[in-house]
Amino acid sequence: MSMHLPTFTRRSLALAAAAAATLAAATLPLNAATPKDTLVVALAFDDIISLDPAEAFEISAGELMGNSYDRLLRYDVNDPSKLLPDLAMSWSVSADGKTYSFELRPGVKFASGNALSAEDVVFSLQRAVLLDKTPAFILTQFGLSKANVAERVKQTGPLTLTMETDKAYAPTLVYNCLTANVAAVIDKKLVLSKEAQKDGAGDLGAAWLKTNFAGSGPMKIREWRANEIVALERNDNYWGPKAKLGRVIYRHIKESATQRLLLEKGDADIARNLTPQDLDALAANKDIRTTATPKGTVYYFSLNQKNPALAKPEVREAFKWLVDYDAIGATLIKNIGVVHQNFLPIGLLGAAKDKPYKLDVAKAKALLAKAGYPNGFKVTIDMRTVQPVQGITEAIQQTLKRAGIELEILPGDGKQTLTKYRARTHDIYIGQWGADYWDPHTNADTFARNADNGDDAKSKPLAWRNAWDIPALTKLSDAAALERDGGKRARMYQDIQAEFRKSSPFVMLYQQTEVAAYRSNVSGVKIGPTSDSTYVYAVSKR
Amino acid sequence: MTGRAVRWAAASGRFAVVIALTYLGLLAVTFFIGRVIPVDPVLAIVGDRAPEHVVQRVREELGLNQPLPTQFVRYVGKALQGDFGNSVLTSNPVWDDVKKTFPATLELATCGILIGAGLGVPLGVWAAVRRGGAADHAVRIMGLVGYSVPIFWLGLMALVLFYAKLGWVGGPGRIDVAYEYSVERVSGLLLLDAAIAGEWEAFRNAFSHLVLPASLLGYFSLAYISRMTRSFMLNELAQEYIVAARAKGLSETRIIWRHALRNAMVPLVTVIALSYAGLLEGSVLTETVFAWPGLGLYITNSLQNADMNAVLGGTIVVGTVFIALNLLSDLLYRLLDPRTRDTR
Repeated sequence: MSMHLPTFTRRSLALAAAAAATLAAATLPLNAATPKDTLVVALAFDDIISLDPAEAFEISAGELMGNSYDRLLRYDVNDPSKLLPDLAMSWSVSADGKTYSFELRPGVKFASGNALSAEDVVFSLQRAVLLDKTPAFILTQFGLSKANVAERVKQTGPLTLTMETDKAYAPTLVYNCLTANVAAVIDKKLVLSKEAQKDGAGDLGAAWLKTNFAGSGPMKIREWRANEIVALERNDNYWGPKAKLGRVIYRHIKESATQRLLLEKGDADIARNLTPQDLDALAANKDIRTTATPKGTVYYFSLNQKNPALAKPEVREAFKWLVDYDAIGATLIKNIGVVHQNFLPIGLLGAAKDKPYKLDVAKAKALLAKAGYPNGFKVTIDMRTVQPVQGITEAIQQTLKRAGIELEILPGDGKQTLTKYRARTHDIYIGQWGADYWDPHTNADTFARNADNGDDAKSKPLAWRNAWDIPALTKLSDAAALERDGGKRARMYQDIQAEFRKSSPFVMLYQQTEVAAYRSNVSGVKIGPTSDSTYVYAVSKR
Repeated sequence: MTGRAVRWAAASGRFAVVIALTYLGLLAVTFFIGRVIPVDPVLAIVGDRAPEHVVQRVREELGLNQPLPTQFVRYVGKALQGDFGNSVLTSNPVWDDVKKTFPATLELATCGILIGAGLGVPLGVWAAVRRGGAADHAVRIMGLVGYSVPIFWLGLMALVLFYAKLGWVGGPGRIDVAYEYSVERVSGLLLLDAAIAGEWEAFRNAFSHLVLPASLLGYFSLAYISRMTRSFMLNELAQEYIVAARAKGLSETRIIWRHALRNAMVPLVTVIALSYAGLLEGSVLTETVFAWPGLGLYITNSLQNADMNAVLGGTIVVGTVFIALNLLSDLLYRLLDPRTRDTR
């Protein structure tokens, strides 16, 4: 029996197709260009967990706060060794090096309209110490604590204040820490009006400020919709030059290819997370430009000294000779990094540029033989499954194999590998570290200091995570933090880096370059060396 | 109380107990898996730079140093009072996050299933009726492609073609930035909210953004639904009652649509319901490619950061969806198949 297509089926399919075509035609998208007065930035910002300067420490939150909160000082993004006035017009340190004085500029208002005075600055610094959340260490490292901060950070006049440290630190260290987001100035009146009670005491506005804004910067944060959008608006109360555009919208776009499509179509003005492949593909597009900046972030892999094989000095050195830095630099990190073999990123005071290591399998094999491993050994590496980390790990696996070292890759999610790293249960870990503030102590404090190598140590820097017991280097790093002569201080860090290069269990790989691609009608795009120095308020559109 | 009322009350009671145990089991499994995965949940809150004393303090504040059963009982106790805790990633109450993300997924999934079922069923019928012919092969190949090709890749290719090259549809995201604040979020369903507000340009724009990801999900569902429809239809068309119907002189259209498909709908309803439930769970890959702020992305991000309050909240929503759709398909069974009705 023949089975012809029933008329009803033909009709229903035809109807469905016609309906689809009509609907599609009725909803052809309108003009895709972004609004003239709005900058649209495609950025993956699923790392934001709070907008409170006393709590937030993630990269994306750092950028938002850098654009919306003032602090006493900022550094010059074109020359980070120079400090610029922000809210403070002038600053000085006492002869004994322990009392810092600041005079504020008059007539400043918060976005709320409230007047800004020294009381707000003092409140902000005290609050950060009292709340004692993640970034508080930047201030408490100077001897500030919950018990003494009310005495040590004081208002001395309507527009003047002082801050006392416990030791005579290098002044540039203290000043640079005050440029960090944790030292952002918040609107005391507004924040305390939103204070909630927690365990019988006020929370200093912590619950409210997690998702709200109380600053005085060029932009104000209108809304943060997690993993979707952040909207900034021009702050018309700002004391300085007004932002060029009325609004900046950050759209959370995780996928590089999607960011690229949005940029090419004009639905985004700037794309911030493009892979080298997508950047290459955009090179021929005359509507797209790029800008690149060396960041204060260094990539490395490290050897846990709890592993007896990896603890041998010859083995540590052998690993440094078993990385094909040139090949990695030319391919895997092309446009997004430069080979760098020191823990201080270029740009920081005292940063070394020495690159003594190159791929030398014969040398590495000789060192391994001397250490008692002529045939190599087996070891594991915990690796986040992101690029270029994954590609670099696979490249290292190949070169290690040439010296007989069998490297088993244990892939995992970022938080998963970090959990293991912090517990010191890894063999080798590949990761990165970004500067918390623009002073060499930020990285020396974690790479070259380990005050207590015990399992229950109170402080767990990267040196601790790799069980690297370094009393001498710790003493040197402490001394460098207290050296007030800039030239001498730089030389001290050079010495620390020289020793580090020779003996550390860290194999430094490269310094990150952050690249942003933007449409040709956009100008003023500049990526800062730290997360809080990328200023979108300076961007304009034709 | 009549016998029927007593039976009904007993059945309702049994049903309530089953539902409660289902939720409890779901929460328990999710909770304990979440606590034993090798990710420190405190890390997501304090970050990698936190001093050790901050890490320990937060661990105590969250009760994470308590025994697991104690933590679970505390969570369930609060959940029964409507407190699902706060998400550590968004700082919002989990319930608020779910109210934002679920409508985005609901909108996408509903359009997807309408396309999937609306086209998949007729195509499956067509393939069954034309068994062995070119149409049958075409439908099966189309189904195979939809089922086999990675949706991530397909999504990117679709964006490149329909958005970037042809400009037929809107790009990733639910709406253009220009309309972002022109529609007041009432239900969270952008199309509905735009229609309520009378913002027809925003409606058009939102629809242009929805059509591509919904079509992708629709194609994915269509692949499965058309194959199952074909299979059920072939089974029905081989039954004796079809022979009898033809012998009685009924038209082919009537035989296929009024009789065969009607019977095939009984198991097909379950297939469509489960497909819909699968879409409502949140298609994280589609949501990633299209930057769609839905439930799938929310739960996945939360899981990766061991944000268990958010994961558990999302699990409750997904569990509710499955339970509700199962109930709905049971009710539809009774409508479609009189043999399943209780006639006592």
